[in-house]
Order: sequence, then structure tokens, then C-alpha cells
Amino acid sequence: MTGVVSYNFAYLDEQSKRTIRRAILKAIAIPGYQVPFPSREMPMPYGWGTGGVQVTASILGPHDILKVIDQGADDTTNAVSIRQFFARTAGVRTTTHTSEASIIQTRHRIPEAPLAEGQIIVYQVPIPEPLRFLEPRESETRQMHALEDYGLMHVKLYEDIARHGHIATAYAYPVMVEARYLMDPSPTPKFDNPKMHMSPALQLFGAGREQRIYALPPYTRVVSLDFDDHPFARTRFEQPCALCGARDTYLDEVVTDDSGGRMFVCSDTDYCQGRRTAAPGREAHDERR
Amino acid sequence: MYVAAKGGEAAIAAAHQLLARERRGDQNLPELSADQIREQLALAVNRVMGEGSLYDGDLAAVAIKQARGDLIEAIFLLRAYRATLPRLGYAEPVDTGAMRLRRRISATYKDLPGGQMLGPTFDYTHRLLDPSPAVAAPPSPQRPAQPADSSVPQVTQLLDREGLIETNAGADGDAIGDLTRTPVAFPAGRDLRLQALARADEGFLLGLAYSTQRGYGRTHPFAAEIRMGEVEVEFTPEELGFAVPLGRITLTECEMVNQFQGSATQPPQFTRGYGLAFGHAERKAMTMALLDRALRSEDLGQERVAPAQDQEFVLAHCDNVQATGFVEHLKLPHYVDFQAELALLRQLRAEWLAARGGDRKDVAARVGDGVAQ
Amino acid sequence: MSAGEEALLTAAGLTKLYGARIGCMDVSLDLYAGEVLAVVGESGSGKSTLLSLLATQLRPSHGRIRYRMRDGVVRDLFALGEAERRFLLRTDWGFVHQDARLGLRMGVSAGGNVGERLMAVGWRNYGRIRAEALDWLARVEIETGRIDDLPTTFSGGMRQRLQIAKNMVTAPRLVFMDEPTGGLDVSVQARLLDLMRGLVADHGLAVVIVTHDLAVARLLSHRLIVMRHGRVIETGLTDQVLDDPREPYTQLLVSADLRG
Repeated sequence: MTGVVSYNFAYLDEQSKRTIRRAILKAIAIPGYQVPFPSREMPMPYGWGTGGVQVTASILGPHDILKVIDQGADDTTNAVSIRQFFARTAGVRTTTHTSEASIIQTRHRIPEAPLAEGQIIVYQVPIPEPLRFLEPRESETRQMHALEDYGLMHVKLYEDIARHGHIATAYAYPVMVEARYLMDPSPTPKFDNPKMHMSPALQLFGAGREQRIYALPPYTRVVSLDFDDHPFARTRFEQPCALCGARDTYLDEVVTDDSGGRMFVCSDTDYCQGRRTAAPGREAHDERR
Repeated sequence: MYVAAKGGEAAIAAAHQLLARERRGDQNLPELSADQIREQLALAVNRVMGEGSLYDGDLAAVAIKQARGDLIEAIFLLRAYRATLPRLGYAEPVDTGAMRLRRRISATYKDLPGGQMLGPTFDYTHRLLDPSPAVAAPPSPQRPAQPADSSVPQVTQLLDREGLIETNAGADGDAIGDLTRTPVAFPAGRDLRLQALARADEGFLLGLAYSTQRGYGRTHPFAAEIRMGEVEVEFTPEELGFAVPLGRITLTECEMVNQFQGSATQPPQFTRGYGLAFGHAERKAMTMALLDRALRSEDLGQERVAPAQDQEFVLAHCDNVQATGFVEHLKLPHYVDFQAELALLRQLRAEWLAARGGDRKDVAARVGDGVAQ
Repeated sequence: MSAGEEALLTAAGLTKLYGARIGCMDVSLDLYAGEVLAVVGESGSGKSTLLSLLATQLRPSHGRIRYRMRDGVVRDLFALGEAERRFLLRTDWGFVHQDARLGLRMGVSAGGNVGERLMAVGWRNYGRIRAEALDWLARVEIETGRIDDLPTTFSGGMRQRLQIAKNMVTAPRLVFMDEPTGGLDVSVQARLLDLMRGLVADHGLAVVIVTHDLAVARLLSHRLIVMRHGRVIETGLTDQVLDDPREPYTQLLVSADLRG
């Protein structure tokens, strides 16, 4: 029986990385299109970020600075676990500051601080197919993407309005990429959708279990689906963050006592922290685009 | 003053320690060894090798110990380890016809060349729970052990001689897919389907196979042959140009014979279902054979009426490593999306109530729209 | 239908073989704008196969179909790309199935069903889509208050009328119908046929309708073709063929029809 097993930089062998990078390049060349790739079993379970981890592992270099967040926070258990994984297998510098990171791996949120050219954000994706819950068969959805046959998605939105008076999708809100491909932004709240549009950063999406990679190159047009007379509306919170006072960030609801006591705080812990300490050179901005 | 909860890292470290402690259990009891597991829990080891897709009894035993007996967790460990191993190439197809048999039965014939050899089986045992099973003395052999150089013909060969059973076109080596190299696209060929079934969760296959026997996509199966024993694995290195034996592995093979109506161009023939598993693993081999045939229904011109016949359904959900990952991922924080749903729901409720009378504040109080105290 | 006008759809030598079995053999026909062509015959006559070929749902073993597109250009239908073919099916053509479950989304409301084609061709105003759906529900005599109901709650006749509305919304020029009145009560059939007659007249629709019911053929169609064992055995103006059938088989069909 073997003793200590030694792993390559960032765990994956070079051949696997090459295969994944080829898929990434293809994805960048066809914004919003889901590229199949042979997913490897990783040391964490499928559904827990293996797609994002494989993408990050394939692009990570020794001089990168890595930030890992889950639900917007650096300290949630799975973010900690993944950050430790890369610290151990790649020895790269890690950070909690969005502006310092060259690669940000995220689950379910886009950081509040606008990203810059040269940054890469890697999204963890559970179900890459935006039509999946309308059409379970992959053979069918593949045809629909090839033929730009997206009527079914709009029918769903029509049904929502007919039934609820609103489009009833709160997260993983479907978008059109460069007016060609229908894409699932991953389960980020619809609040974050506008951040994807014309972002200066490279956005990569990894779905390990479903074996798909897709991408948005910098400055890609990303438009949330809607009707002219029921336009996409970003969620607005009625109160500011109880810790830093921000009025334009996504807030977590925290239950504080047994009698219904509640407070709302920024989900992006780094952003909130930054506003509270207001260190020189890191001015908090109240005005949003 | 609320302070955001920190300490995720420390919590994880403590959880790992607790896990190690629980894994060891009562210190007064002797520690289980991987060798004991490999020898005395061999059927668990076989399952882990099969679904872990790696033939190594020692490693499978270690995985079972590390996983505290959770076989799917052990399978996951083995699969993850497999993914780190360098791949040298593909072996030559194993010749199960030349298997050194330890067990061989056929339900389609009372007696046949090679005979019915029961081997080590739970069949015909009485399931009486026995805290200390007596270790039986090895039985005196009633007939000589099968000589190493004689081959016992496969039942399907007997049927084939009369043209009664479909023959499978041999596949050119390059034409065989590899589901670990390219993701499965539907519709998938039989080669990829069999590969998926070979590593599929036994429980999932069992339920589906059972459903076919109860009318959900009936295939009229007969167990033509189940054989278990050792086969030689050979590999042809490029430099040598000829096959070199690597060693022997234990396999369980099941060939099912199923009914079929002939077509305008073909006389009626039996159709086949095939199952193959690492080690002694009959339930796996049998359910695999039943599912193989069920998934061929459309290819054989039959209507798809049941889940077991639906390859997209079966293949997308049969891998327990994927399945457990996604099911268990529900334990991960989802509060951001839940918050979005809460906001939407509160809005819809407010509008619903407002449409039925009541002022905004009153409505807000009833639906609780999260005004901080 | 003016004599000098070019045909909307022309099939030449359409043949579909299943091994040795004949689906249909050497069928040629012309269809003009605004005319209803009935394809009649008993079960197994090949009429449904012919319809599937004409609607490009099956590929022929031999033969060609040419169609005059909206822009006037005549195209060989089997030379169209898949995207073009689907677009045609969704805009310029309609297909009414015998079983409404094939032509409707049973889990989507009536309004969603009618609006789907509009959304597929880029309509993005909810109000307008809904208004159009209401308009068409009224025209096919479905109570407009049922716009948000699921088709599972509709009767057989209503489902067929919903299918028609769903197809008509993009102003198709050609509609295929496969036994559209099959399985419906006689009075319900009559209402449905009346509706279809009105739509054909008002919108100048060309229709190919498959039916085993000669009364339906007589009521709806201008011309008919009679099929037997996959071949066309007689063709002509509906009234002429039904009043004075030439072929012995047609005579048999006509005399066997209880309503004469």
C-alpha cells in the first residue's frame, strides 16, 4: 500500500488542467454557451463546488491571490474548506479583500465592490441549464440552444405574471448573453444580475456534477429576461445595513431573538467590514451605477 | 450589538477531531484492521471496488474503515483517489469464457456442460440471525476442482449454435467510448451505458430492475448464466506489441436472456442483457443485466413506457457519488437565495392582502416585512 | 382560388417505405392558397403517413415537396435547415392533432398556450400578448374568463378549439389537420367544423385535412383524394367524387358511409 500521496500544484494533474483550459477557451469564444467537459472526482463532493474548484485549479498560478466566498462571506464553512484546500495544494496567497484578489471563487453572490480588468471571478454552478426545470431532457435542451428556440422560457415568465402578477424568479434569474444564448447566472439573487453586464472582469462558470463550463468574457452584454411592460426590477431593501449603513447592498436577515427580533446586515462581509473600518485608500461608495 | 459569527475555520477543525474520535469508538475494544475488513467483509469491499471503479481490495478496505462503514462515502474516497492515478491505457478484453470458476449456475437448463456449481452463496441458507456463526470445516470435495486448462462453455454460446440468440457485433477498439474521458451525451451508445451501469449505485439499479419485473417495462428475463471466478487481465504495451499478463481479478458475470418478437427482416431470437461486476457481486451483476436490456428497448423497436427504459433518467441519476453530493449539498448555506424568496413571498402576500382590503401598514404587520425592531 | 395562380404546395412522387412495407407510394398533389384538401381512406390507407410527409415530420424515401414561402420564393422543403423548418412550422404553418395533448402544453394556461408562438417570434409585451390571446379565445368561442385555466380542465371540443387558436395566432397560410374531430360528440363536431369553415373563409387558409369521415370531408373540403394501400386511387372536386365516384373502392366507401 502506498504511503504519502503527493499531489500536483492545485491538486489536478497537468493533463486534466489542459483539458479544462481548452473547455474554458471554447466557452470564452462562445459567451453563454455550455461547453461539456470531463469532470474529475475531486476530494469534495459533487454539488459542493467541484466545478468551480476545477476551473480555479486549472487557471491558478503561484502568483495568484485567491479569495473564496460563499453566500458573500469569507468565513462560511464551505468557503473556508475550499480556501484551505487551495492553500494546502497550491500554497497560494489567500485574501478576504475583493480588490486584492486576482481570482475570486464564489457561491451564490457577486461581490459588491465592482471588479476590475485582470480579475477573474469563478462561479460555482449546480444546474447550468436554464431550461432544465421546464424541459428535463438534455437531448431536447441542446436542440433548443442550437436553434435559439427559447419560447418556452418566456412562456414560463408569462405564466408567472398571469398567476402572481410578477415574474416569480428570485435567484438564478435567466439572462440573454450577447442576444444569442440563454444562460443561467448560477443561484445568485437577481439583485446581482446587473453586475454581470459589461463587467471588466472575466467571468467563468463551473458545473462539476453536470460537467459543463461556460463563460462571459470582459465587457459582454448580459440582459435579464423580461417583458417591456413588466421590466426586470432589482430587489430593493427597505432598510440599510445595521452594521455599516449601506443602502445599496444585498442584505442577510439575521434572527436575533425568540420573539421575532430581526436585523439586516450586508451579505458581503468584506464590503461591510471595509465600510466600517474605512481604511485609507478604501473609500466606501454609497452611489451605485 | 450583533457581531457577525466568525470561527468557521475553528469549527471545522474541531469537527474533524470529533469525527476521528467517533471513528475509533470505544478505546477498550480492539481497533479494526483494513485486512480484517478485506477478508471478513469481502462483499462490502467488492461493492466499493465496483462502484468506486477501482480494483484494489486493500484500498477499498481502507476506504471502508475511513468512512466508518458508510459504503457510499467509501466509494467516494476510492473514486477521488482513482482520479489522481496516472492512466496507462486499456487492457485487452477479459475472456470470461476462460474464467477459473468458483461458482456457476444457470436457470435456463437443469443440467449442462460444466454443471451447476453453487460455490459460496447465501442462496438456500436460512436467514436465521446467528450472533456467533460456527466456522464450518471445509467440505470434502465431491468432485475434483475444475482443472485449470478446461473451459466451461457459456450458456449463450449453446443458444447461439442454434441461432436462437442475438449476436453482438464486435466493436473496433477505437469505437468504444470512455465515460471518464468525455461527458455522456444523449442518446448514448450501449458501451457508455454499460460503463455507467457498472459503476452505478446498486440500490438504484435494484429498484429499477425490480420495477421491470413488475410490469414497468417488462423484458421477460431468464438467468442464462451467472458465473464467478478469476480471469486474467492482459495489457499490450506499445513497446512490446504483444499482450502481457498483469494478474488475475475476480469477476461476477451475468447473462440474461430476454424475449423478443422477430421483425420483417429477422427471425425471432432471444435478446440479451449483460452484467459484469468486480469481485463476487451477484445482485449488482444481475440488476445491471436487467437494466442493460431495459435500456435497449428503443433500439430493439419497443415503446418506451417506463423509467427503467429511459436512458436519460437512468444514466443521469445512477451515480451515487454525484447523487449524494447533490442531495447532501442542501446542508450548505442557502440563506442568500432563501432571503430572495422571502422577499418575493412577502411582496406577493402583501399584494394579495391589499387586493382584498386593509391598509398597507396593517398588511405589513400581518405578513411581517422585516422592519428592524 | 384563381386558375392562373401558382400552387402553394406541390408534392411530386412522394413515397415512404418501411423496409418492404409501403407507407405511401408515388403521391403527387397541388394545393392552392385558400383551398381545403381532404385526404380520405380507411385506417392503414396511408393518409396519416402522407400528412406527416407533407408537414415534414417524416422524410420520404422518394419524392419532393416544394412550398411557396411568404416572400414568394419556392423552396424544396427537405432542403431547408432545421432552424428554418422549425420557424416555418411555428409561423406560416399550423398543425391540429387528433389528440390535443400532442398539440398543447397541458401544464401551461390557455393564454400561455396561445401566446407561445408570439413569444417564440419575439413578442415582448405581456399586455399585447395577453390581449391577442383573449382575442383569439373569443374567436374560437372559448369563454375568455378561462384564459388562465389549464387545458386539463377543458372539454375535448374546447381543447381542439384551443389548438386552433394556438396555431392561428401567427396567421399561418397552411394548416394540417389530423382527424381533428375524432372522438368528439356529434354536436361538438358540428360546432368545430362550423368554426373551421368560418376561419378558412375569413383568413383564406389552405388546409390539408386527414379524415376517415366523408361527412367531414364534404362539409369542409373543396377537393379530396382517396387513398388505399398507400396509393391515391381517385382525386377530384369533393362533391363530384362523393356524388359520382368512379373507382369501385370509392363507391364502396361512399355507400358504406351511413349518412350517405
